[in-house]
Amino acid sequence: MVQASVAVNDLTKAYRYRRLFSGLSFVVEHNTVFAVLGSNGAGKTTLLRIICDLVPPTSGRVEITTDGRQFDAAERRAILGLVSPDLELYGELTALENLEFFAGVRGLAFSREKARELLEYVGLKGRGHDFVFTYSSGMKQRLKYAYALYHEPRILILDEPTSNLDSRGVALVEEVIRRQRERGIVIMATNEQREVSYADRTLSLA
Amino acid sequence: MRTGRFLWLKRSSAVLQKDLRVEFRTRYAYSTLMMFAVTVLVTVSFSVGGMMLESDIAAALLWIILFFSAMAGLSRTFVQEEESGTVVALKLAADPEPVYLGKLLFNIVLLFSLAVPVVPLFLVMLNLSVAMPFSFVQVVFLGCLGLSGASTILAAIVAKAAAKGALLTVLAFPVLLPLLIGAINATRSTLAGVPAEVLRPDLSLLLFYNGVAVTASLLLFEYVWNE
Repeated sequence: MVQASVAVNDLTKAYRYRRLFSGLSFVVEHNTVFAVLGSNGAGKTTLLRIICDLVPPTSGRVEITTDGRQFDAAERRAILGLVSPDLELYGELTALENLEFFAGVRGLAFSREKARELLEYVGLKGRGHDFVFTYSSGMKQRLKYAYALYHEPRILILDEPTSNLDSRGVALVEEVIRRQRERGIVIMATNEQREVSYADRTLSLA
Repeated sequence: MRTGRFLWLKRSSAVLQKDLRVEFRTRYAYSTLMMFAVTVLVTVSFSVGGMMLESDIAAALLWIILFFSAMAGLSRTFVQEEESGTVVALKLAADPEPVYLGKLLFNIVLLFSLAVPVVPLFLVMLNLSVAMPFSFVQVVFLGCLGLSGASTILAAIVAKAAAKGALLTVLAFPVLLPLLIGAINATRSTLAGVPAEVLRPDLSLLLFYNGVAVTASLLLFEYVWNE
């Protein structure tokens, strides 16, 4: 079984007039759900974006390893999945076309069967041919889970994982987190007590 | 087994297909390009009236129309990704080079689909005859290729800025100046009719510019994309 880990070493992020965090260090091991807590503006989303290599840190680094081998930025894309309010999918494409496109740019063979099963899993059964711009915010959030899970990532990054979701959606997230814990790592940013209860470890940003 | 090169092509083709599909459904960029080009063309045509234009003026007018039309529409490919928030999903899924190549191919398709109706319309409305039709097509082809090549990377640079439209034109002008000079000279020669050896340096300039623009953009795009 491939073992993944995320090591954050002496990480600092500062904008011109404000330091978000400094000297942040932690390691998230395989089969762990790790929750980042903190008030609005504490830097939770920024920390997740740095881990995903979407934002550069001011100093320090993030090392992602599987079975002792470090991954560079390009390789990280294959093992990371992200669900975030900042992330949008293409409204002018259908859900299936979105999944087909992202499989294509990842260099994966697209399986319509797998995509349909995934859409059913996230609660979008029978809506695969609808344009995404016709979706409600909750349905868009469900589709983001399909996007993040299609390539079976080792590390799942969740920013406000249950935002816009109804009670069945919340149960879906719980199920996704439970499955992902068995497969690898979940790192999430949240302040919801229910989501924090899924976590094995927490980190509080001041 | 797929080789890395074919995987690159497959990924670029996925980006191209997605952009074409979105454009076909919204027609946003093509409408912008086309409306701008036709409006300017009609304005120029009325301004000139029934005058017979010299080949150097006609050549300059043609490239002014193509340049500003390109500036009006080619930036959409990256601007739309930024404005709709899809850029995050794309960055997480795709390597930079296939994104650049896919977007470049899309811009080439877009500009050619503009040039195909607009250039003949330009010739008809300004009552121009082309002395060297084959070379004229070659020049328009290479010029549009260069416009797309340089505009694509510049569009990626300005996509994050606030005043995107104006900024692209200002940034693109010095970068595209050698291409425009070469294209205008070559177009003038093909309209007037000159010996092949007179045309050759300008055609070589266009070819060289295209090679440099695409190679440099491919090398630099990763830094622009990840910034």
